[in-house]
Amino acid sequence: MSILVNKDTKAIVQGFTGKEGTFHAEQCMAYGTNIVGGVTPNKGGMTHLGKPVFNTVEEAVQATDATVSMIFVPPAFVADAVMEAADGGIELAVIITEGAPVKDMMYAKHYAQKKGMMTIGPNCPGIITAEECKLGIMPGNIFKKGNVGLISKSGTLTYEASNQVVKAGFGITTAIGIGGDPIIGLSYKQLLPMFEADPETEAIVMIGEIGGDLEIQAAKLIKEQITKPVIAFIAGQTAPKGKRMGHAGAIISGSKGTAAEKMQALKEAGAYVVESPADIGATVVKALAEKK
Amino acid sequence: MNIHEYQAKEVFRKYGVPTPEGGVAFSSEEARRVAEDLDSDLWVVKAQIHAGGRGKAGGVKLAKSLDEVEEIANEMLGMTLVTHQTGPEGKVVKKVYIEEGADIKAEYYLGMVLDRALEMPVMMASTEGGMEIEEVAAKTPEKIVKVAIDPTIGFKPFHARKLAFGLGLGKDEQKSFIKFAAALYNVYMDNDAEMIEINPLIKTGEGKFIALDAKMGFDDNALYKHHEIAEMRDLDEEEPTEAEAKRHGLSYIKLDGNVGCMVNGAGLAMATMDIIKHEGGEPANFLDVGGAANPDTVAKGFEIILSDKNVKSIFVNIFGGIVRCDRVANGILEATKRVEVSVPVVVRLDGTNAIEAAEILRNANIQNIIPATDLEDGAKKAVAVAKGDK
Repeated sequence: MSILVNKDTKAIVQGFTGKEGTFHAEQCMAYGTNIVGGVTPNKGGMTHLGKPVFNTVEEAVQATDATVSMIFVPPAFVADAVMEAADGGIELAVIITEGAPVKDMMYAKHYAQKKGMMTIGPNCPGIITAEECKLGIMPGNIFKKGNVGLISKSGTLTYEASNQVVKAGFGITTAIGIGGDPIIGLSYKQLLPMFEADPETEAIVMIGEIGGDLEIQAAKLIKEQITKPVIAFIAGQTAPKGKRMGHAGAIISGSKGTAAEKMQALKEAGAYVVESPADIGATVVKALAEKK
Repeated sequence: MNIHEYQAKEVFRKYGVPTPEGGVAFSSEEARRVAEDLDSDLWVVKAQIHAGGRGKAGGVKLAKSLDEVEEIANEMLGMTLVTHQTGPEGKVVKKVYIEEGADIKAEYYLGMVLDRALEMPVMMASTEGGMEIEEVAAKTPEKIVKVAIDPTIGFKPFHARKLAFGLGLGKDEQKSFIKFAAALYNVYMDNDAEMIEINPLIKTGEGKFIALDAKMGFDDNALYKHHEIAEMRDLDEEEPTEAEAKRHGLSYIKLDGNVGCMVNGAGLAMATMDIIKHEGGEPANFLDVGGAANPDTVAKGFEIILSDKNVKSIFVNIFGGIVRCDRVANGILEATKRVEVSVPVVVRLDGTNAIEAAEILRNANIQNIIPATDLEDGAKKAVAVAKGDK
């Protein structure tokens, strides 16, 4: 078991024939992901990486029964691509594109919700169910199969966390990079209950960042609904106030959104809060031992 | 990206958001000419820097004659203004804004920002004009009235009425306020603004609403849509090293410590700063080299980090994913040939091809390069060498 994607998932790629889309689609297919085709307007009818190219998402869905779309469309056009996916019957859009205008994503997300499509990202590494399905830009070899779910705002820190979990002798069920932009799709609030319900996942690692209050909402939810151990790290304990840290979302405004505040809330909710990012793996070991 | 008050007011005027008449000046003579052209016998001279709290710091002054305008402008231009938002080093005033005096009957606060939890813009108003809004929010939150605006329906009269009633405005004043708020919503949405703050928004003796101050910030990702806004960028307001880094695709922020950091990815970069602190050191900077980490970006990264003379060691922390570690290792060696790296560099490369990378670094046998096995080991070593322990 896993969450959201597995070996049976049929996925298409929007921006399939572009440089990024081609490179990563190829990597995903090599990992074993069932990519059934792609969409690039005006290239319909072509074959790319051995898979059919369609002009529209609707055609692609009708021809392939794909339920998931991985999106590599450039920032200026990505909101349109997301809305097309929602309109075309996609159930989950994984938006990798970095640099999307916030307002565009706001409209796209509102429309996706209206159409009942889930989104991940933008500006994220994607989602991977270890040794089954990779839809994203993460290095697949780091994610060995196991019993730990992983949710993270950051890309390379996700790899760091997974690496530590694997080196500690465990592995990953599903890992999701949710992205650090102001408007994002699935977040801790939706993903934690999915991991709670997944019989294979025994512990959940969540990596947060300064800025916003998603981690505070997550703390509330952990307290009320999550019985599995949660190991949490919040990046940016040493970040100066009001400074921007590369991710548009990582701004501290006043007292809201500081690492200290988030760590405190998570501690009170019963999570294992890790102070040093080097201790994620060891803390997973400890949490799983205490569970038994 | 942030812009100056005088620029924000230019944008406001285009949308019919009322502001006092005024003009920008780069010299005291120019300030006098701008004042002469304004039909007024009372002027306000305002320092143009990207920071709040100017009034208290002496950056906003009233002038009753043209001579006084010139005198104040002369004093203000070139002075270093220190406010609670500039940091202790302050900001040098390079331009002033001369504005006609206004007939102030009441002061309010009006702002717009994205509410991330609701995923829609929020307009906030308060009767506590002229005060720090964070302070109002902390002490008397009931004095702030907010409306979240679903962008799919846009700003409607009921939104404006809710704000107007919250401010206790009478029937006659509501009309002017509603028009003002609706125009402001258009400014925010049309320009992909990140934040607008008017503090104070004033009501004149005639019951008209006017933006006496204006702060605006924009979504950097959307600047490509707005060339006229992008051209308002003031490089004087940006830290020169940070701006230089940005031109090379790096994200750099200078801090006060002595352990330099070079990392791929913003989250891991923050985590690297955190672990340096955790191990008893102080990070000298935040530096995200992005996904590439090739010889060019690494060399530029070294250059930028070493421009800070406090730096005593550098911790290179790269988690190789699609970017293979052996390539990064070669990039580091190449970069050390191009830039003279005068301090010890602790290198931790993990992920794809990490073993090959360690081999490359070991064989290169460069004295100044200290390999590390993992995050903790790297942080410990970087902190130790910065402190002078071997």
